[in-house]
Amino acid sequence: MMSALDGLGALAPYVLLVLVGFLPTEVWRMLGVALARGLDEGSEIIVFARAVATAILTGVVGKLVVFAPGALAAVPLAVRLGAAGFGVLAFFAMRRSVFAGVAAATAAIIAGVLAFGA
Amino acid sequence: MPPSAAPSATLPYGSGFLGGARAGATSIFALVLLASYLSIGALAHDFGFPLAWAVLTTVLIWAAPAQVILISALGAGAVPFEVALAIGLSSMRLLPMVVALLPIVKTPATRTRDVVVPAHLTAISMWIEALRLLPKVPRGERIAFANGLGLCFLAVAAAATALGYHLAQGLPTLLVAALLFVSPMSFLLSAIRNARVSADRVALLVGLVLAPLLAWGGVGLDLMWTGLIGGLAAYAVQRLRGAA
Repeated sequence: MMSALDGLGALAPYVLLVLVGFLPTEVWRMLGVALARGLDEGSEIIVFARAVATAILTGVVGKLVVFAPGALAAVPLAVRLGAAGFGVLAFFAMRRSVFAGVAAATAAIIAGVLAFGA
Repeated sequence: MPPSAAPSATLPYGSGFLGGARAGATSIFALVLLASYLSIGALAHDFGFPLAWAVLTTVLIWAAPAQVILISALGAGAVPFEVALAIGLSSMRLLPMVVALLPIVKTPATRTRDVVVPAHLTAISMWIEALRLLPKVPRGERIAFANGLGLCFLAVAAAATALGYHLAQGLPTLLVAALLFVSPMSFLLSAIRNARVSADRVALLVGLVLAPLLAWGGVGLDLMWTGLIGGLAAYAVQRLRGAA
């Protein structure tokens, strides 16, 4: 599985977790800490950072729905898109309830697979 | 920023660390994290990693997409350097999130080391709920509140990772597929609910449409371009609205 670190034996996955998983993620958080120094809540940069973060967030959503990971990939794309749309409709129909929208979309995935096959 | 008047009237859980923890425990994201981290625990089990390692990925990385990459890529024998690169790219979103969050929690007396913990606890779920709830928390209590909220979410996710690891063999594929749909839908609907100004809506729509298109077109760094283009478009709309 991880030939370069064979010498570490059972510790190898933990060393890889820190070097390959933890550090490449945490570096962005700590860069954020450094960049946020001296900024106050009314800064124009904050408005921009919030918009960038929001665009990336929904970008992640779009990619997860279209290029679905793992077991979700076996569900046809049309079912995934339809379920997502159904979830958004349910959200607005149920007075902007996130819970209702998520429940409706998840139920639609299951119903879609049972109706059209995975 | 106007002083938040009568915060207890709008914040049923109180402020401070316990208030944050209680807000987390009663948030829809506690359920969302349970669902998505069940699938991460199951994934780690299926690739043959130890239970403690699986739970540590949640505690240390605390970013579901990065954990999925780590587990599936290392498990499939990918080159560690390439895995680190893929994880670094997928985690880039944390930078603008931390930059947008910290000025909301800080006071003039806050030292840099005080914000290291809330920065580590920053993840999509915590960020969405913190931005929604923090304006109702008195400023001096916001770091404690954010830590309570983030630690509550992290604890739920760590427990779900262990639970998913144990349940791995018993989970039907259709249920796992449905569980994988819970996080993207909750992120999307919360972003729509939290969009207060037209800039938020522009960023939201550009991101949703542009990222899959760029990825489909094979453009590298798709999420970085999505963030920059969506952010600039939203910022431009905000400025034009302000000038009008």
